[in-house]
Amino acid sequence: MANAIDRRPGRLGRFLRSLLLPVAAILIALAIGAVAMWAFGDDPLVAYRGLWSGAFGDARALARTVRKMVPLIFTGLSVAVAFKAGLFNIGAAGQFLMGTVAATAVGISFPGMPAPLHVSLALLAGVVGGLVWGLIPGLLKVYTGAHEVIVTIMLNYVAALLAGWTVYAGGTEGQSPGPLWDPTARAVSESPDILESARLPLFFDPAYRLHAGVLLALAVVVFIWWLIYRTTIGFEIRTVGLNLKAARYAGMRVAWTVVFTMGIAGILAGLAGAIETLGVNWKFAPEFGGQVGFDGITVALLGQTHPFGIVLAAFLFGALDAGAARMQFESGVAQDIIQVIQALVLAFVAAPTLIRLLFRMEAEEFEVTTISQTWGGGSG
Amino acid sequence: MDTREPILEVRDITKVFPGVVANNRVHLELYPGEILGLLGENGAGKSTLMNIIYGLYRPTEGEIRVRGRPVTMHSPKDAIALGIGMVHQHFQLVPVMSVVDNVMLGSESIRGPFLDREAVARRIQEIASRYSLEVDPYAIVEDLPVGVRQRVEIIKALYREADILILDEPTSVLTPQEIQGLFQIMDLLRRQGKAIIFITHKLKEVLHIADRIVVLRRGEVVGEADPQTASQASLAAMMVGREVMLVVEKGPASPGPVVLEVEGLEAVNDLGEPALRGVSLQVRAGEILGVAGVQGNGQTELVEVITGLRPATGGRLRIAGQDMTRASPRQITDRGQSCHVPEDRHAYGMVGAYPVAYNLVLNTYYRPPFAQGLTIQEEAIAEHARRLVAEYDVRTPSIYTRAGSLSGGNQQKLVVAREFSRPIQLLIAAQPTRGIDVGSIEFIHQQIVAKRDQGVAVLLVSYELDEIMALSDRIAVMYQGQILDVLPAEEATRERLGLLMAGVHPQEHTAAGLST
Repeated sequence: MANAIDRRPGRLGRFLRSLLLPVAAILIALAIGAVAMWAFGDDPLVAYRGLWSGAFGDARALARTVRKMVPLIFTGLSVAVAFKAGLFNIGAAGQFLMGTVAATAVGISFPGMPAPLHVSLALLAGVVGGLVWGLIPGLLKVYTGAHEVIVTIMLNYVAALLAGWTVYAGGTEGQSPGPLWDPTARAVSESPDILESARLPLFFDPAYRLHAGVLLALAVVVFIWWLIYRTTIGFEIRTVGLNLKAARYAGMRVAWTVVFTMGIAGILAGLAGAIETLGVNWKFAPEFGGQVGFDGITVALLGQTHPFGIVLAAFLFGALDAGAARMQFESGVAQDIIQVIQALVLAFVAAPTLIRLLFRMEAEEFEVTTISQTWGGGSG
Repeated sequence: MDTREPILEVRDITKVFPGVVANNRVHLELYPGEILGLLGENGAGKSTLMNIIYGLYRPTEGEIRVRGRPVTMHSPKDAIALGIGMVHQHFQLVPVMSVVDNVMLGSESIRGPFLDREAVARRIQEIASRYSLEVDPYAIVEDLPVGVRQRVEIIKALYREADILILDEPTSVLTPQEIQGLFQIMDLLRRQGKAIIFITHKLKEVLHIADRIVVLRRGEVVGEADPQTASQASLAAMMVGREVMLVVEKGPASPGPVVLEVEGLEAVNDLGEPALRGVSLQVRAGEILGVAGVQGNGQTELVEVITGLRPATGGRLRIAGQDMTRASPRQITDRGQSCHVPEDRHAYGMVGAYPVAYNLVLNTYYRPPFAQGLTIQEEAIAEHARRLVAEYDVRTPSIYTRAGSLSGGNQQKLVVAREFSRPIQLLIAAQPTRGIDVGSIEFIHQQIVAKRDQGVAVLLVSYELDEIMALSDRIAVMYQGQILDVLPAEEATRERLGLLMAGVHPQEHTAAGLST
């Protein structure tokens, strides 16, 4: 049937418009970055050429970009899924850390366990770690009305301190070391390497260090897309996010949906932590990976909270991370400029009005993502 | 015709949105000291036209003249500078701020580096006494009743020295007494030379207050009428483009067994104050029980408790004999085979960002054929939407159009289509025709009566007495969380209902001079 009543209004147009904001945000951020470099006497062209070759220059660079992309896909999805239910998950960083710690604990234990089982068990541990850290804010919101933004920020600190303690090397004044600390590291606070059997399989040349987490990430992207857009659960999540009262009116279990969504968000961030541990770091140290959780917010917004958009956004951020070292090496511009650029991207996607003013676009051309809604404790 | 100079002229204004001609060569003149009634159904282009006059949109073609001079406006700021003021249907006030602060917002009066509140308050009092717009300048807006908030909006426009006032559906939020007050104010403004455009879809009101009436239909001016000679029927026909039935035709009811039974129901409102204080009523299959009353006497809470959205703190609720006092909304919909047309369609009845098709399965999405197991069946949902859109005459460009972009009347038809298309034994309709056009009202009223004739029990809650009287077989009057009396429709005169709505107990009616 090709009646007018079946016409989907401007699908292509909407798709192109949804690209408008992210692309504009990236271009402006890169431009401002260039101006900053120029102002400090560096040559932005040399810097960006270095960035490019560090991210895409050869197979090894590309592998680095893909490797950096993987955790960002997960944390981006984590934040985006919560957005769909009208929840702002700032806690991906904490959920990531809990996944990391749990996966490390399993990864350094169970010598002699067959590899497939050990890897699965360690991933499962990461899932559980993230899940717990996601459920806490969900349950607190539903039962006490505590806003998830506050709770997840707090839980990030708790997770960071807790994770740090697990590998604490002990103090000179007799403080006992943490349970996951590697005694052979002496004064360094870190865990021992995880066992070979718990490492994610690598493919292509091992030197590229491309691990099976890439495939898992892409599978999860498709799964989340299916969950959000093709299932009744996704319908409930989106309805709760768009109109809470209508969701209650329609007989949806709002409280259950909130807890479920936060659980999924936690699982996704926890998986990111587990995969980074089992595929890249092979151990845990407190300095690993807190930023990935926060970058998930930018990636989710830049990807317009759509799973496929998030893949693109994560790829871009992965490339920026991957190329930063080469850029510094070739141009002398400090790597930190990349974080400035990433922060600018966030500023522009989170404040679309800025871009609208810059480009004099009309309001309808924008699909603005509602960041969060407030509501009291749960019924329904 | 008037020989004076028009203060505002709209000349051949055309406004094209992608795919829609919202205004087509619209021509209007407005003279000082007159009230021009602008009538039209929702979606007729009234709002677009006013937004052009107020500088929010720029016309595709045509020109606007103010005091004889052509003007181009880029924003409401330009319109305000030209002496055009607008009172929006949804007030543009900051609830937590005082009247003074709201009035000076955007045009702050300053003395040195400080705000000069006293000067503004003095101006407000001047304006207030001149146009009898009594208001305390230092009152906080959220503490004021709706009618007074509207006065603040008018003061805001007058403070900016508006000579042309656009009032967008100003009566839709007011009680009958407040409407009378507003009309007095409008009359005073008119006599002091202000020009007013009064946008409405209420025929009675426009006939009562306007000096001239212009009717818009599908973006075009279809006629002008003189309130002295026009009738409600002739105006309605002009608006809709055909004869409309203003009276609902229905035969006598043939009530069957009791479907909805409410006994001693108690509940609290959002603030925790008692809202229902022992409500008892019964609705039988095949009858319409109307609940009349002034807004805020517990009607909202009653409907919410019956539909499972608000917990009862006492009493019981039975649907077709089953106890549903503690049931969830879904259990009431499913096991109770009931449907609910909510009072606030934007907040409860639909998801504006969803396409029409999704809104039509908002509470059945999890059942076959719309879902198989966990997966949503897009084609079944589309098929269902195609059928209902045609059957209930929902005017939408496509079943994938965002529901929020439809006109109010079509949104309400969407809700009605969804709710009425399931097999039901109980229909709960709260304010089913609030803020919608005559054509849609007629349609929805007919659908409600048709449901009754099919043996559905109907509970109708409305603040419009006309609607209650036109549809109900029996009428219950609510006052302060209680049902004061239930009358058969034949005995329910406007006077008796009015007394009950004011809280006068039935026994006292004879004393008040009414024989029963």
